[in-house]
Order: sequence, then C-alpha cells, then structure tokens
Amino acid sequence: MSQALVPALLNLLFRAFVVLLLPPLIPGLITKIKAWMAGRSGPPVLQLYYDLAKLARKQAVFSRTTTWVFLAGPVGTVAALLVASLLIPLGHTAPLLAFEGDVILFAYLLGLGRFLTVLSALDTGSAFEGMGAAREVSFSALAEPALFFGFAALARATGSLSLTPMLQSHGMWTAGHLSGPLMLILAGWGIVFLAENSRIPVDDPNTHLELTMIHEVMVLDHSGRPLALILYGASLKLVVLGALLVDPLLPVLSKGWLNGLAFLGGITLLAVVVGLVESTTARFRMNKVPQFLVAGVLASAFAFLLLLV
Amino acid sequence: MSLYLLSLLLAAGSGIPGLFLRRRGAEVAAGLMTASALAGIGAALGVLAGGPVPSLRLPALALTSPSLLVLDAIAAWFLIPVLLLAACGAWYGVRYWEDAHGHPRWVRLVFGGLTAALILLVAAAHTWLFLLAWEAMAIGAFFLVSTEDRLPETRRAAWIYLVSTHTGTLCLIGAFALLAGVAGTWDLGALPRGFASSRLGTQTFLLFMVGFGLKAGVMPIHIWLPPAHAAAPSHVSALMSGVLIKMGILGMVRLIAWVPDPPLWWGALFLGLGGVSGILGVAFALGQHDLKRLLAYHSIENIGIILLGLGLGLIGKSTGQSALAALGFAGALLHVLNHSLFKGLLFLAGGSVVHATGTRNLERMGGLAKAMPWTSAAFLTGSWAICGLPPLNGFVSEWFIYLGAFRAMAGARWPWSVGVLAALALIGALALACFAKAYGTAFLGTPRTPAAAAAHEAPRMMLLPMAVLAGACVLIGVFPMVIASALDRAIAGLGQALPASSRLAHLPLVAVLALTLALLALGLARWAWAGRRSEPVPAELPTWDCGYAEALPRAQYTASSFADGLVTGARWALFPKVHEAQVQGPFPEPARFESHVPDLVLDRVLDPAFRLGSRGLALLHVFQTGQLPVYLLYVLLTLLFLLIWMVV
Repeated sequence: MSQALVPALLNLLFRAFVVLLLPPLIPGLITKIKAWMAGRSGPPVLQLYYDLAKLARKQAVFSRTTTWVFLAGPVGTVAALLVASLLIPLGHTAPLLAFEGDVILFAYLLGLGRFLTVLSALDTGSAFEGMGAAREVSFSALAEPALFFGFAALARATGSLSLTPMLQSHGMWTAGHLSGPLMLILAGWGIVFLAENSRIPVDDPNTHLELTMIHEVMVLDHSGRPLALILYGASLKLVVLGALLVDPLLPVLSKGWLNGLAFLGGITLLAVVVGLVESTTARFRMNKVPQFLVAGVLASAFAFLLLLV
Repeated sequence: MSLYLLSLLLAAGSGIPGLFLRRRGAEVAAGLMTASALAGIGAALGVLAGGPVPSLRLPALALTSPSLLVLDAIAAWFLIPVLLLAACGAWYGVRYWEDAHGHPRWVRLVFGGLTAALILLVAAAHTWLFLLAWEAMAIGAFFLVSTEDRLPETRRAAWIYLVSTHTGTLCLIGAFALLAGVAGTWDLGALPRGFASSRLGTQTFLLFMVGFGLKAGVMPIHIWLPPAHAAAPSHVSALMSGVLIKMGILGMVRLIAWVPDPPLWWGALFLGLGGVSGILGVAFALGQHDLKRLLAYHSIENIGIILLGLGLGLIGKSTGQSALAALGFAGALLHVLNHSLFKGLLFLAGGSVVHATGTRNLERMGGLAKAMPWTSAAFLTGSWAICGLPPLNGFVSEWFIYLGAFRAMAGARWPWSVGVLAALALIGALALACFAKAYGTAFLGTPRTPAAAAAHEAPRMMLLPMAVLAGACVLIGVFPMVIASALDRAIAGLGQALPASSRLAHLPLVAVLALTLALLALGLARWAWAGRRSEPVPAELPTWDCGYAEALPRAQYTASSFADGLVTGARWALFPKVHEAQVQGPFPEPARFESHVPDLVLDRVLDPAFRLGSRGLALLHVFQTGQLPVYLLYVLLTLLFLLIWMVV
C-alpha cells in the first residue's frame, strides 16, 4: 500500500510544482536567452515572479465601461488552463487523468480561454483591444485545424484517443516509418505553439506599437491581480502547450524521478529554442501570418497522409 | 397515449380562449401551452425511461393500414424540445408580442396550431397523417412568418418560404408514393433488404433528401431559412430554428431507421452535405450584421454538425461498426436537443435585444450588458453553448461526434473521416469568432446609438423562459450522464443495438472536471476581486486605451471590422459586397463605407435566374392579345396539331 502511495504522492507534488510554480520561469528564460544573444545582460530570470508578487499587492483599476465579463477573461483563462493541465502528461511520468476523448476536451478548454479573453478585451470598448481580439480569433481559426490534424495523425499511429498514450508513445521514434510523420506533426504544432503563445514570428510580446500586437493589445486595460492572472496564464500556456511538443521526443527512463527531470530538461530546452528563434527571426507582416499558419496545417495534414500509406 | 393526446388537444386549443377574452388571453394561452408541455413531456419521458410504447390504431378510419400514431423513443426524443420551446415561447410572447405589434390573438392561435402540428408530426406513423401534419406545420409557419406583412421584406421572406416548403412537400409526396409502392401499405416502417441499393431506392432517397433537406436548411437549399428567421417574431424564430427545421432531421432519422442496409455512399453524402452546411453556414454568419440573420445562418451550421453525426452513424451502420454508429447517432440526436435549447435561448435573448433597441442591426447596439444584465447573461450562455465550449451542453454532443470521427479514422476502414475532424475544428473556431463578434458588439463596450443607450431590461415574463432554457443547457453540459439512458433508447430505434453510454463510461468524469473548472474560476475570481477593495479607488475611470481617454463610441471596433479578416479570407466563397467612396482632394467630402454579404444561392444565383426567366417569359406576351377569336384560333391550331401528330 505505502509502496504505491509514496510515488503517487511524489508524482502529485511534481505536477503541482510544474503547473503552479514552474511556469513564470519559462518567459524569464526566453528573455534571458534573447538578451544574451543581443549581447545584453537582461532582466533576472526570476523577473516574472517579482512582477506577479508586486501585481498581487497592487490595486486593480476597472474602467466604467467594463462589466463582470472583464474579470471573466483572466479568471476563466487560468481556470481552463489549470483543468487542461490535469489532462496532459508531463513527460513519461504517470498521468493524473486519462480517458477516451480527453484530447477534444483539452483543445476546447484552450478555446474557452480564448473566448473569454476575447470577450474581456471587447468589454473595454477600446478600438485597439477590438483589433487584437479580431486578430486572435482569425488566426486561431487556422491554428485549430493544424492542432486537430496532428491529433488525428497521432490517434491513427497509436490507435488511441487519449492524450497520454498519444504523447507517451516513445516507440514512434524507434519505428522508422513513423519518425517522418512525427517530425511533420511537431513542425505543425511548433507553428501552433508560437502562434498560440504569441511569440515571434507571429506576434511580439515586447513590441511597443499597439497597432501591431495581437495578444498583448487585448490585455492593455487589465491591471493589478487580473493582470497577474493573465501573465501567469500566459506562462502556464507555454508549459501546457510545450508539453505537447516535448513529450513525444523524450526517451523512457527507468525511474519516475528521472522521467520528471527529463521533462524539466525538455521544457528548458524548448525555452532556449524559442529564445533562439526570437533572436534570429523578425516577426511577419500581419498579412503573412495566415500563410505561416497554413503551413502548419499542411505539415500536420501531410503527417496524416504519410500515415495512410 | 392519453397524455399525448391531451397534450395535442391543449396545444391546438391554446389560442382559442384568447379569441373571446378581453384581457389575459395571452396568459391563458401560455398556461394551456404549459399544461400541454407537462402532459406531453410526461408521456415522452415515460417512453424514454423504458415504459411501453403508446400507439393509436383506428382500423376503421385508417385507410389500408391500422397504425396512426406511434410514440416510440425517437418520437419522444423529438417531442421534448418541441414542447419545451413551445411553452417557453408562449410565455415569452405574452409580453413580447403585445397589441402594438398587431394581430396578437391571431399569432397565439396559429402558434398553438403550429405546435399541435409538430406534436402530431413527430409521432405520425401513417403516410397521410405525416404529410397532413407536415403541411399544417408549413402553413402555420408561413402565417407566423408573415405576421408583420406590412413590411415588404417580410412579405418577400414569407413567399420564399412558402415556395420552398411546397417544393419540399412535392418531393416528399413523390418519395412516399414510391415507398408505398414498394411496401404495399401506407404504414411507415421497415423497408425490405436490398431496396436501398436498388435504383428505385436511390430515387426515393434523393427525393427524401431534397424534401427533408429543404426543411432542415441544408446548405445549397437553405434559401428560405435566413430571411424567414429574421422576419418572424422572435419566439416564433426560436420555435422554427429550434424544432421546425429539426423536422427535416426527424425525417432523415426515420429514413435511416427504416433502412436496414444503407449503402456507403449515403453516409458519404451526409458527410459532404454536413461539411458544406457547417463551414459555409458559419462563414456566412460571420458576414452578417443583422442579429437574427446571423443566428439563422448558425442554424444552418448546426444542421451541418447534426448531418456530420448522422453521416458517421450511417457509415457505421453500413460497415457494421456498431460503436461508430452508436457514437454518430448519439451525437446527432443529442445535438438536435442541444441545438433547440441553446438556439431557442439565443433567439429569445436576441428578441429581447431587438425589443429594447428597436433594431436588428448589430452596428447600432453596444454596451447592452449594463442595461440588460440578465438578457446579456442569457445570450452569453447561449453563445458559450453553441460554440461547443465546455462545460455546457454543446460540447457534449460535439464530443460524441468527434469521438465517432476519431474512431472511424483510427480503424483502417474509413480514414477519410479525418475530414470530419478538420471540418468540426474549423467550424468550432469560426463559431467562436462569430459569437465573440455578436456578443461583443451587442452587449460589450459602450452604446453606439442613443437607442442602445436608452435600452431597458426585458420584463420578468420574458426572462423566465430564457432562464429555463439556460438552466437546461447547463444541466446537460455539467451532468451529461442524466440523459445517457434516454439517449440510448432513442438510438436503439435506429437499428443500432450497442448503447452509446457503454462507450462513454467516463461521462461522470466530465461532470467532475466541469465542477473543478467552476470551483477554480470562483476561487480565482474571488481572489482577483478582493484586490480591488484594498484601497479606495476613483469610482469613474474611463478605459485607458493607450491614453486616448474619452474615445468616441463610434471609434469602437464594429461587427464588420471584427469579422473583416475572416470574411476577406473567405471571399472566394462569400463574395462580400463593399460600397466604398473614394476620398479625393485636399478637402474630401464625408465618405461612407458599407459592406455586406448577400446569400450565395438566393441572391447570387436564384434571384438573377428567376429575373432572367421572367423576362424571357415576358416575350410570350405577344401571344396574349386578350381577344377571344385569337384564343379560339389557338385552340383550333392545337387541335389540328394533335390530329396531325396522332395520324403520323
């Protein structure tokens, strides 16, 4: 009894750490990498933790235009992401919840977060935020099929409709005929990852021109604790969607804690890669973004086609 | 059976006392409709709980076949939304359609008649009764659509509806005649094996698909749907969009139940039609500024989703994959129920908005969430559900269809159902965009016109029906297992032995996750809200908006600009019309910009074609001199021609 209980408890603690404490580190890492690449020393890696602590103590300002929907955006996004994080496997550690069709629930929980964020942007009545909201829904209409083609390909390769077996099927790399499709899936999902997390080349989280922003312009009017939720939610999304990319690449290790470490290493590596991409590419013009996303759809659709032959 | 008949009589007579009462006629009608709903839903729940199937047989009256009415599980499944929406609509109509709008008594009488026709239709087991009820439904809806016949737009919508529905009825008469020829009886029931693959079977199937598809609003033949839903009073739109168009689906479901061995291409046709209706329906909805037209196009989209489910089910039935059939049919039938709940809710909430602002144009609304908090919450619930977002009911039915598509694809037999997955994902993302646009433009931000600023909350009598429907959406979404056994009984009627719930043992898990989500959201909201009270805050602050304090309401993003990116992206299908004045010179004149998306089939194909046709036929006026001798000459010439033709 106790022999089964201790690893389960440790696993739970690990999950709580990854979901609740780790996320703000990732944007810090990306910023650090970008600063190093540019020859600057950059803000501390823990900067987002300081920001969150400060925002939690600050008072929030609510415009007279807004209603409760304004608060529902940040709150709903974080709640949806937390529930989605229950479904996703973290590396090859034991899953918390896995059932047939949880893939769809996962994707729709992300959709729920987007819906509420967009509404809370429109609640301010600001033209800038309306612009960001319109861009967000337009681009995600292309990101969604890319995500689902990838799921379809993985479902066909693994014969399962649940996230955990789909992502933990390490055998895909070793079986030669599956590594090609997997690479295409990861390429497609990589594009989805960059778009959904508003990273360069789709969106620039550090830009200072509101007219060119997507995600950042939607949250211009949030302050205090709601803003803290938004920042934490964005970093949690990096981890949750990052797990989609990292999991299939990790090797299966003999011990549970080694698998956990491997996942942490993978996420760190992903942050480094994102930092390198951001340092070496410029963002696209807004009308080029759909083409980039269509490339993602095509990559994962090709992965599915390859699995048919 | 007596409960069912009681329900039928109460609904049919609900408008009659109001004809003679000076006051309170509407309340009496709504009360009778509620009694009818209670009786009918009681009967339906009895059947769905596994009770005996009541039927009415009149051997003496029914020509050549004994069964007249059979309230089986499928009928019971469709009966529940009919009665629920009719009762909600009747209560809503008490305050919504008062004397100011004209003909309230007439509207109540026909509303009751339409409901009775729908009640009769779902259980009809005799061809003639089915067609009679079908026709009564069509005529009743025609009268209700044309209620405001002083507006030319309404008259046009009503005529288009009448022509389309009769075209559909014509096809149905043909199809039923072919069926009766095969079965040798007017009874509706199982067809012999092999019929579906025969040539006659194909003809019958296609006739049925045109007839039922016209009623359901399947994409290329949806032409009547957007104008009629926009023109009808909102509680009638709710009933039409919620259940009347579902009668087309009921017909298709019955057809699937009668055929033991559908060919594979039937399923493929359903999937094709479903994909086209779903994607184009939501794409056209994105281009609309008229709130009710937008909702009408979403009905087409949801019919598409239902067809996708039915198509997967049919493929499962043809190829003998019972799990696939169960998931597809379960998803489709559940979506029928869900769509009536949330679309009824949306039309009622939209009606309150139209009532309060006096316009259907989204661009003239804005900021209504402040003036109409409850209507706003109702519309948001409906939007949330129709986008298929968890934890509301739209998610559960779409989830079944997704699972069916995944299952079909993972098995080696039918990999192309990946198209269903991609279509559903695209539909979901576009629906989200469209309802963010509709809700955001109408309810959020600041009022764009004085009329919107002066809006008032709807009276309680109109809010209560919305609360009932919203409650049902939440109930099915959060506790999907409550309907699992009823759903199993309904799909068992489709010739599918395997119960769907056996595939979905984790439905309670959905409830757990939904409750977790709600608790998390509550906790976070409490935390975020508490931060507000820490220090005194200036009460009235404008939106910061990067320093553009006191931005004009007109500077807000409009519905058209919100959808512009997507509409332009899909211009190869939507053909948006843009009227734009050129701005010239150093002191330009005030310029206007306007864009709208006309209906592809009605406005771009049929209308010009009919115009051209009538111009061509005008050439025949030459022969129409109006003089009797000339006409007698025509008769003589015709007779001569016939004589020569017979001799030769």
